[in-house]
Amino acid sequence: MTKKRSPWLIIAALAVYFFLYAPIVVLVVFAFNSSRTNVVFEGVVNREPCGPFYWFCALAGNRELMSAAQNTLTIALTSTFFSTIIGTMAALALQRYSFPGKTFSEALLYIPIVIPEIVMGIGILVLFSTLFRFINTTFSLPPDARLTMGLGTVIISHIVFSVPFVTLVVRARLHGFDKSVEEAAQDLYADEWRTFWRVTLPLIAPGVLAGALLAFTLSLDDFVITFFTTGPGATTLPIYVYGLLRRITTPELNALSTIWIALVLVALLIAQRLERRAG
Amino acid sequence: MFLRLSRDNIRGLLLIAPVMTLIIGLLIIPLILVVITSFGSRSPDGNVIYGFSFDNYRRLLGITPTGFDPLYLEILLRSLWLALQTTVAVIVIGFPLAYFIARASPRYRNLFLFLVLVPLWTNFVIRIYAWLMILRNQGVLNSLLGWGASLLGLPFQPLDLYPSDGAVLVGMIYEFLPFMILPIYTSLEKIDDSLFEAAADLGADALRTFLRVTLPLAVPGMVAGTILVFVPVMGTFIVADILGGRQVILVGNLVQRQFLDARDAAFGSAAALILMALTLVVTIFYTRRFGFGEEIVSA
Repeated sequence: MTKKRSPWLIIAALAVYFFLYAPIVVLVVFAFNSSRTNVVFEGVVNREPCGPFYWFCALAGNRELMSAAQNTLTIALTSTFFSTIIGTMAALALQRYSFPGKTFSEALLYIPIVIPEIVMGIGILVLFSTLFRFINTTFSLPPDARLTMGLGTVIISHIVFSVPFVTLVVRARLHGFDKSVEEAAQDLYADEWRTFWRVTLPLIAPGVLAGALLAFTLSLDDFVITFFTTGPGATTLPIYVYGLLRRITTPELNALSTIWIALVLVALLIAQRLERRAG
Repeated sequence: MFLRLSRDNIRGLLLIAPVMTLIIGLLIIPLILVVITSFGSRSPDGNVIYGFSFDNYRRLLGITPTGFDPLYLEILLRSLWLALQTTVAVIVIGFPLAYFIARASPRYRNLFLFLVLVPLWTNFVIRIYAWLMILRNQGVLNSLLGWGASLLGLPFQPLDLYPSDGAVLVGMIYEFLPFMILPIYTSLEKIDDSLFEAAADLGADALRTFLRVTLPLAVPGMVAGTILVFVPVMGTFIVADILGGRQVILVGNLVQRQFLDARDAAFGSAAALILMALTLVVTIFYTRRFGFGEEIVSA
């Protein structure tokens, strides 16, 4: 669908792009503000250390923030690792084998995608709080050994909501894949295990990688489910930022946002490259 | 009696088992627990007393022992109203851009789409922060307006933009706009050029072609977009929390506050289930009425 465009359409499109990008520009510009209260732009900061990048350097000294960043990465890496494996297994099962309850499993797999996030969040909260209270009282655990919400509960929740996305992406890859290659391998006396590692996996690798990337970004970005399943000592970056928004915001937060946006941009560009290369 | 399972059956079951364990254990069982909790009540120390009463649902509908109190009903209606406003706004704002991208030369289409995606992938909470900076009293927008007014020599009173219902609406529109642009684009991009030629051959002018050809064919995209926007708006609590100050309460905020501030998990569960019911009704109504396209998947 290509045709000549009216100037009004171009103006409207530019206006929408402006609406989409103006807030991002504001965020980035204020990362260089010399005013600590950061309400009015009072000129470019130029203070030691780092001059105009003063707020970026200040980030490194912020203990709370660094621990939030570390938690976010730990959660994202661990949950991506497990959801990629589990999700790929499910994709293989659904695409390659027939088994009792297959339609039912397919339907269940879509539930995490359609259910409102907040409902999923409180569901997991109710589950763990009931379970932990039961365990803590039954075994009358001492205060320092009691089970509480924390990194573990967040990681498990992240695996649950990202697995279906991995399965969807890997299935799409398996779908357009010629089964005769695998049959050829077996004709050449490769056992099934060997066929999987030497033939199937390399062929679906781009799909698995794309699924893993998706799971990773979903985990990094998640606020709602983390909000309900986190506990003391397991603050992630989005939760940390939310806490700041309700108290006080300095240009440090803008510097953090700027770095975040830059990383997302780089990741998106790499993902596009990979996709293009995979054809 | 035993099921006779072939080797393939067993392999399939083994491969699917972990994911099913996860979904049943951490989604289905929790949902059942939420339903059970919603029939209970709150103990003085903030725990759940299990029971079987519809009190929480009655309270949501405004039926209390002391008479009719529409507090929670108003929250439900306000959420529906805001979701509707947001949906209409993102269609009106998103359509021209989707149309523009669909009509751009194929060489640039990917770039234009990519530009829609970038803001979407910056963190949700960070995007709200940006609007906080823009809308607050001495914020960016008021500064720009004040500067403009002083250039023209006009008197200027800073506008009271935040916190307000309007700020929440703008925040929601910004958060969800890309979810409408992408599915509409997918619909428009599929339209065959020959349809436009046919319309022109039959003497239709540009406006008529748009109303009779383009718009009807974009409906599946708008339907998919509506499901992707309308439903999450009602459950989103951060936007109202940050941009609405303390005055705008939506269903999502109600659920969050019951769980974390009021510590009434029973009432919070009932509210969450009402939210889920509304969500399902909207989704089912829409998919029954208009069908379910690949648009939603592409987004």
